[in-house]
Amino acid sequence: MNELALAVPWLGKRNPQAARWLVIALAIGAPLIAMAFGRTWVRVLDFALLYILLALGLNLVVGFAGLLDLGYIAFYAVGAYTFAFLSSPHFDVHLPIWVVLPLAAGFAATAGIMLGFPVLRLRGDYLAIVTLGFGEIVRIFMNNLNYPVNITNGPQGINALDPIILFGWDLSRNIQVTEEVSINSLFLYYYFFLACVAGSIMFIQRLQISRVGRAWAAMRDDELAAKAIGINTRNMKLLAFSLGATFGGLSGALFGSFQGFVSPESFSLMESIAVLTMVVFGGMGNVAGAIVGALILSALPEILRHLAVPVQQALFGHVLLDPEVLRMLLLSLAMILMMLLRPAGLIPANAKYSHIRHLKSKGVAQ
Amino acid sequence: MKKTVVALAIMGFGLSAAQAQEMVVKLGSVAPLTGTISHLGKDNENGAKLAVEDANAKGITIGGKKVKFELMGEDDQADPRTGTTVAQRLVDASVKGVIGHLNSGTTIPASRIYNQAGVPMISPSATNPTLTRQGYKGVFRTIANDVQQGGVLGKFIAGPLAAKTVAIIDDRTSYGQGLADETEKAVKAAGGKIVAREFTNDKATDFNAILTKIRGAKPDVIFFGGMDAQAGPMLRQLKQLGVDTKFVTGDGGCSPEMIKLAGEAIGENAYCSMAGLPLEKMPGGTEFRNRYKARFNMDVQIYSPYAYDAAMAMIKAMQAANSVEPAKYLPELKKSNFQGVTGTVAFDDIGDIKDGAVTMYQFKGGSWAAM
Amino acid sequence: MEIFLQQLVNGLVVGSVYALVALGYTMVYGILGLINFAHGDLVMVGALTALQTMMFLMGVAPGMSPVAMLTLSLLVAIPVCMLLGFTMERLAYRRLRNAPRLAPLITAIGVSFLLQTLAMIIWGRNYHTFPQLISTTPVQPIEGVFVTPIQITIVIASAIIMAALILLVTKTKLGRAMRATAENHRVAALMGVDTNMIIALTFVIGAALAAIAGVMYASNYGIAHYGMGFMPGLKAFTAAVLGGIGNLGGAMLGGVVLGLVESFGAGYIEQMTFGFLNSSYQDIFAFIILGLVLIFKPTGLLGERVSDRA
Repeated sequence: MNELALAVPWLGKRNPQAARWLVIALAIGAPLIAMAFGRTWVRVLDFALLYILLALGLNLVVGFAGLLDLGYIAFYAVGAYTFAFLSSPHFDVHLPIWVVLPLAAGFAATAGIMLGFPVLRLRGDYLAIVTLGFGEIVRIFMNNLNYPVNITNGPQGINALDPIILFGWDLSRNIQVTEEVSINSLFLYYYFFLACVAGSIMFIQRLQISRVGRAWAAMRDDELAAKAIGINTRNMKLLAFSLGATFGGLSGALFGSFQGFVSPESFSLMESIAVLTMVVFGGMGNVAGAIVGALILSALPEILRHLAVPVQQALFGHVLLDPEVLRMLLLSLAMILMMLLRPAGLIPANAKYSHIRHLKSKGVAQ
Repeated sequence: MKKTVVALAIMGFGLSAAQAQEMVVKLGSVAPLTGTISHLGKDNENGAKLAVEDANAKGITIGGKKVKFELMGEDDQADPRTGTTVAQRLVDASVKGVIGHLNSGTTIPASRIYNQAGVPMISPSATNPTLTRQGYKGVFRTIANDVQQGGVLGKFIAGPLAAKTVAIIDDRTSYGQGLADETEKAVKAAGGKIVAREFTNDKATDFNAILTKIRGAKPDVIFFGGMDAQAGPMLRQLKQLGVDTKFVTGDGGCSPEMIKLAGEAIGENAYCSMAGLPLEKMPGGTEFRNRYKARFNMDVQIYSPYAYDAAMAMIKAMQAANSVEPAKYLPELKKSNFQGVTGTVAFDDIGDIKDGAVTMYQFKGGSWAAM
Repeated sequence: MEIFLQQLVNGLVVGSVYALVALGYTMVYGILGLINFAHGDLVMVGALTALQTMMFLMGVAPGMSPVAMLTLSLLVAIPVCMLLGFTMERLAYRRLRNAPRLAPLITAIGVSFLLQTLAMIIWGRNYHTFPQLISTTPVQPIEGVFVTPIQITIVIASAIIMAALILLVTKTKLGRAMRATAENHRVAALMGVDTNMIIALTFVIGAALAAIAGVMYASNYGIAHYGMGFMPGLKAFTAAVLGGIGNLGGAMLGGVVLGLVESFGAGYIEQMTFGFLNSSYQDIFAFIILGLVLIFKPTGLLGERVSDRA
C-alpha cells in the first residue's frame, strides 16, 4: 500500500500513512466533488477508472516486465466483445455478470498467451511492432467477422449490452431514496469500478513484491542474467502478457456494459498509444504512476474542452486549435519530453525494484 | 442530489415569476463542432438555432406562460465516447429535448442516455436504421434512413441505369457497410446480379487490387458505400485501369470535395444519392436558404433544414400538449404532422420520418446536378 | 490472364513505393537498431511540402513546365525533410542512445504522432489533391494490361535509388564508416570514425529518401493528407524485415514481395478460401508476414540474424 502514498508526492514522503488515507478519502469522495461541477464529471471519473484499470494492466507488461506492447487495446476489445456476446440481445444470451466478468478476463488472458507464445523470442522494437500488428489484426477481424457467419456484427457494432446487475440490483438505474433524493446510476458505477480498481491495486502490489514481481524486474533489467540465475523467462513473459491482458479484458467488459454499445472503432491503435502514454507519463513500473497518469490523461479531453475553447476564443476571437488536436499535441509532446527529461515519469517508482532508479543509484550509465 | 435541483428550480421559478411570467425552456443541440466534419456540425446547430429564434420571435405561450427557448450547443467530436459524455451534460442541464447527433455512430450510444433520462431526441442526419429500432420511445429522425436510401439506390441502379450486373464496394465503416448492404438487397430485389463484393477501409488510398478484380467481373455499374476521400481516388484508379463503367455512391461521396479529389477522372458516368430533397426543391427551401444566409452569413451545408424541422417538431408538440415536460409532449411529438421546410414532417411508429425523400444526382458540367 | 498480369503490375508499383520507404527504415535500423516510427511521417511531410511548393509555383509562374515544377518541388521537399531528420536525431534520439531500450522507441512513437499533429495543424485534416505532373494516362504494353507513365517512373526510380545507395555503402569512404558504425559504434569511434556525424548523416539520407517516396506516392494516387505516411510506413518496415533488416537489396526485395502479396492476396483470397475470407483482410497480410518472418526466419530473406539484438 505504500505506493499509493506516492500519488501525493509532497505528503507521501513525509507521512505515508496520512497520504494513504488522503488518497482513499479522495477516491471515495471524488464523485461527490465532481458532482458539484455537474454530473458529466462523474461520468468522466467513471471512464477514468476504466483507464486506470487499463494502465495498471499495461504497466505490468511494460513497466514491470519491460515488454513494450503496442497492441494492448486488443485485450480491451476482447473483454468488451466477450461481454457483448454473452450479455446482450445479439445472440440473445444474458449471462450474469459474475459469469461474464471472469470469462472476459479469461478470454483476454488466453489472447495474451496466444500473443505471448510466438513473440517470446522477440525483444524491444520487434516486439513492439509485432504487438502493434496483433492489435490491428484483432480490430480488423472484429470489423469483418459479420461474414460469412455474423459473429461480431461487423462495423455496426453490438448494441444494447446489458447493464451490470449485482444480486438483482441494476447499476444503470438511479436509486430512489426518498421522493426527492435519488442516487444517480453514475455513482453506482463509480463505486463498483472503484472496487474493481482497488482489488486490482491490492493484487498488483502483492504481485510486485512476490517472487514473480522480482523475477520480472530481474528479467527487465537483464534478461541474460535473469536466465543465468535460474528464472524461467519464458514462463515469466507469458505470465506478464496474460496477467496484463486480464486487466485489459476486465476493463473492456466493464466498458462494454457501461457504454452499452461496442464497435471496432473504439479499439484503434490510437487508444493503445493513449494508454501507453498514460503509463509513460505517470511513471513506468509503479502503481501510483499508472493511476495518476491515467487520471490526468483521461480527463484531459474534457478539461481541454472546457479550457481550450473559451481561452482561445477570448484570445484570438475564434478557435485556432480544436481540443482534439490539442490533445494529440499534448500526448505526443508528453511522450517525447517525458522520455528526454524525466524518463521515470511524473511519479518515479520506488527505488526497490525500479529500473531507472536502481541503475542511477549504482551510477551505471546505461 | 435532486433536492438541490428542486431548490434551484424553486429559486429560478421565483426569479422568472418576477419577470412577467416568462419561462425559459432549454433545448439541446449536439453535433461535431470541431474536427473533420465541423462545418456540417455547425450547420446542424445553426438550423436548430434558427428554429428556436423563429419560435421566440413569434412569442409562444405554453401553460399560460410566455416561453423563451434557449439552445444549448454541445460538441461531440463525432466520437462515440465523447458523445455519451456531452449527452450526459445535456441531461444534467435538464434540457427538454435534443436535436442531434450528426453521425449514427455517436447517436446510437447517446440515445441510450437520453432514453434513460426520458429526454426526447430528434436526429436531423443520423441514417443508420438501428437508431430507431432499439425500442426507445423518444427517438426520432427527420431524414430518410439507410434502408430508404439504399432502396432508392438499388432501384436507380437496376432501373434508370439498367444494370444487370453490379459490383459493390464498401469501406467497412458503420455507414459504408450499412448503405452498401441495403443497396445490395435492393439491387437483388430489382432483379440485378451482384458479380463482385469487395472491401476497402476508410484510410486506404490504393484500390488497384480490388478494382482489377472487379474489372475482371465486368459489371455494368460499380457502387461504392463510403466517403469522398476514398471515392475520389477510386475514380482516378478506375480510369488508370481503363475502366469507364458507371460509378454510383451514396451521400458520403455526394460532395464538392469528391469532385475535387477525383480531378479529371470524374465524368458523366458518376452518380450519387442524397437523403432529402435538394434545397431548391424543398417546399420552403429557397426562403430558408436566404434567411439562413442573412442570419449566419454562410451557406446551408446539408442538414440544417432537417435540424430546423426537428426543432420545430419539438416546439409544435410542446404547444399542442400545452406543456414542456417530455412525458406530456412526447405523445404529441409522435403525432406530428406539419409542413416543414423539408416537406411534410410526420413520424412512423418507430420514429422514422414518413416517406423520407432521397434524390439522385449526376455529375454534369463540373458539379452535381439533381436528376 | 490479363487480370493476373494487371495484379502483377499493381503489386510491383505498390511494392516499389514500399521499397523506397523501406530503404530509409533499413538504413537507420541497420546503424542504430532503432525503428524510427516517424520515418513514415517524413514521407507525408515530403509530399505535403512538395504540394505546398507546387501551389506556390502555380501561383507565381503558371506556365512552368511540369518537369521543372516537379524538380523544384523536390528540391524544396528534400532539404526540408533532411533538416527534419537531422533535428529529430539531434534533439531526441541522440540523447537517448544510451538510455534503457524502451526510451528511444517510445520517443519515436511520440515524434511520429507529433509530426502528424503538426501537419494536421498546418495543412488541415482534409485530403488534398496532388497535381499529377507525370502523366497518368494509361498505356497498354500488352492488350488488357494498363500501365501509367508515373507507375513506370516509380519502379525505375526506386531501382536506381537502391543501386545508388548500395554503391554509396559499399564503394565509398562514407559507406565504410557507416558499415563500421553499424557493426559496433564504440569500436568505430576508436578507429577514428566520427560516429555522431555518421549517424546524423544516415538520418539525413533516410529523410531525403522519404521525401522522394512521398512525392512519388502522392503523384501516383493524386492525393496527400496528414495521415498518409503512417500505414505505408508500417508496411515498409515489414518489407524491410522481410528482406532482412539492414540489407538494402533486401529492403527492395521485401517491398516488392509484400506489394505482390497484397495485390494477389486481395485479388484471389476469396477464391482461395472458398468465400470465407475476402478483400477486407487486405491490410493484415503485412502484419501476418511480419509475425511469421520474425518467428520462423528472423534473418529475413537476405539478412543476418538480428531479431534479439536490440
